[in-house]
Amino acid sequence: MSGTRRITYREAVREALREALTRDDRVFLMGEDVGAYGGAYACSLGLLDEFGDDRIRNTPLAESGFTGAGIGAALGGMRPIVEIMTINFSLLALDQIVNNAATIRHMSGGQFSVPLVIRMATGAGRQLAAQHSHSLEGWFAHVPGLRVVAPATVADARGMLWTALQDPDPVVIMEHATLYNEEGDVPEDEDLAVDLDRAAIRRAGDAATIVTYSANLKKALAATDELAGEGIECEIIDLRSLRPLDDQTIMTSIAKTHRAVIVDEGWRSGSLAAEISARIQEQAFYELDAPVERVCSVEVPIPYPQHLEQAAIPQPHAIAAAVRKTLRR
Amino acid sequence: MSEADDRVHLTHEHALHLLREMTRIRRFEEKCAELYSGSKIRGFLHLYIGEEANAVGVMQALTEEDAVVATYREHGHALARGLPMNEVMAEMFGKASGSSGGRGGSMHIFSARHRFYGGNAIVAGGLPLAVGLALADKMQGRDRVTCCFFGEGAAAEGEFHEAMNLAALWKLPVLFVCENNLYAMGTALARSESNTDIRAHAAVFGMESEIVDGMDVVAVEAAARRAVHAVRRGEGPRFLETRTYRFRAHSMFDPDLYRPKEEVEEWRKKGPIVRFTDWILGTRLVHPDHVAALENEIAEEIGAAVAFAEEAPWEPVEELTRDVTTPRGAEVTA
Ligand SMILES: Cc1ncc(C[n+]2csc(CCOP(=O)(O)OP(=O)(O)O)c2C)c(N)n1
Ligand SMILES: [Mg+2]
Repeated sequence: MSGTRRITYREAVREALREALTRDDRVFLMGEDVGAYGGAYACSLGLLDEFGDDRIRNTPLAESGFTGAGIGAALGGMRPIVEIMTINFSLLALDQIVNNAATIRHMSGGQFSVPLVIRMATGAGRQLAAQHSHSLEGWFAHVPGLRVVAPATVADARGMLWTALQDPDPVVIMEHATLYNEEGDVPEDEDLAVDLDRAAIRRAGDAATIVTYSANLKKALAATDELAGEGIECEIIDLRSLRPLDDQTIMTSIAKTHRAVIVDEGWRSGSLAAEISARIQEQAFYELDAPVERVCSVEVPIPYPQHLEQAAIPQPHAIAAAVRKTLRR
Repeated sequence: MSEADDRVHLTHEHALHLLREMTRIRRFEEKCAELYSGSKIRGFLHLYIGEEANAVGVMQALTEEDAVVATYREHGHALARGLPMNEVMAEMFGKASGSSGGRGGSMHIFSARHRFYGGNAIVAGGLPLAVGLALADKMQGRDRVTCCFFGEGAAAEGEFHEAMNLAALWKLPVLFVCENNLYAMGTALARSESNTDIRAHAAVFGMESEIVDGMDVVAVEAAARRAVHAVRRGEGPRFLETRTYRFRAHSMFDPDLYRPKEEVEEWRKKGPIVRFTDWILGTRLVHPDHVAALENEIAEEIGAAVAFAEEAPWEPVEELTRDVTTPRGAEVTA
């Protein structure tokens, strides 16, 4: 293997954008404050100077309007990347995403595809309170016709965009807001594309399987460090793709560990964790030595004070406790 | 395109063409209503009867390269755009030979061949799509116009305003056509808009607009030609409000209790087909024999379309999930 470089998640996103804009002249970035401001999370900082305002297309505050325009532009032969400041604001564009982007292929009898990428920031942890902190990934993952991915590592943030752009259908990329400042290694190789069809095993072990995605990967890793001290070696699966789910990787791991803990920043009721739990019971029930455990967000709007916010979302100690419970320890 | 194309040349052929197109839509939909009663067509069915001059007039100003985005009340637009009647009828039946393979039905007619992008049943949901199609054309330096049809009810939706602003801000080649038939389901315009002058919304974005009598096919064609011409010259989007009326209920489920029968009767007298026929016969541009011949041809076309739809196959249930996503390696239509 050639060497690696250390960059931040934000830089990885920016490099990926730059690469896409350079390699394919059908690609353009569109969203609120992606231009002079550089993006709400500074992902496109500097790109306006490099690529101009036609391709770094700053939009008015009109989530539905510009997301729909992205769908139209994709139908018209472009490869738009629509940036939505946060997942809470994407609710204003749900009509276009769910009623148009996700339906047009099937509803038109296969005549049109919508090769659109939508990126948005998600998640809690920055004390932004109840209208900027939610994890609604599961809502999008509910919808046939969409692909939903969540880069948990810097390398995935660097590589997933290009893979997403090669997809002929709409792909939603969920970037957890607490990850942008994280540092990580990316390969020096030219080809950084990430396989979106396969979940990644981030830690091998045989005591229990922890299934997670996005920023909770870090917390799962922290929990397993704690557990390793007690001689409990967990396997960690980073889903990467939230729709479709890579059932095979999950079930293969459970056939080895016989225990499952799902960590999901979404609220427990009707969550992605609930879906994964159901699939495990459908597909691997007789492999299980203990009930499936879920570590999810407490069912409250995310509060502002740090102690309450942290109490509302999954934490390493809760993950470790859930693993112990599956081991009756 | 030359300035001359801006005007309507009402030759004998063109007059007959306009009459034929409007009559095809009328007779097609009358047949659909009948088939609905016979349970061949189900779900929502929104008839365009009374409004034919709008789609027919506007389509005269578009070329094959241009794109059309329409609403759930789009049978007329699809036919006027040139989709074969057989395919449209089969779509109404939900058959696999329909324009969308039967998947969409009455409200979701699509045709890549005709650059016909639906068939959108979300009020105002098509406007942002039209903006994006036009954006793609502008960014790729293509000289095409995207024409977006919607009802006056859309003017109350946020997406309407967002899309109009984007189109004006980026000077995109979009023609917005608001078919103002005075009602959104049972809600009269004055019950939903603080300002019933729909054009005022275009003015807010500095977009030029025109109001035209939507019951007069020649007036609509002329206005559409002026507007499309301006859009094609790169002057940015235009807005056309057509004043029109639907003679039938909103959909087949609507008992039509919210407007006086006399109002409907008054409008029927101004019907686009009666009025145009009287006029071209009166000026002797067209002979009554031609009109009779045209009716016969249309009756035959409709008969054939119904037979085609009846005989067309159903999509096998095994294909239910085909095309939720694009098969890997498939060509992407754009
Ligand atoms: C977003 C949305 N809200 C409500 C409806 C239900 N609905 C269907 S048609 C219609 C009336 C729309 O009226 P208008 O835009 O004037 O078009 P027209 O039916 O008169 O052609 C309504 C409210 C819908 N389809 N979409
Ligand atoms: Mg109306």
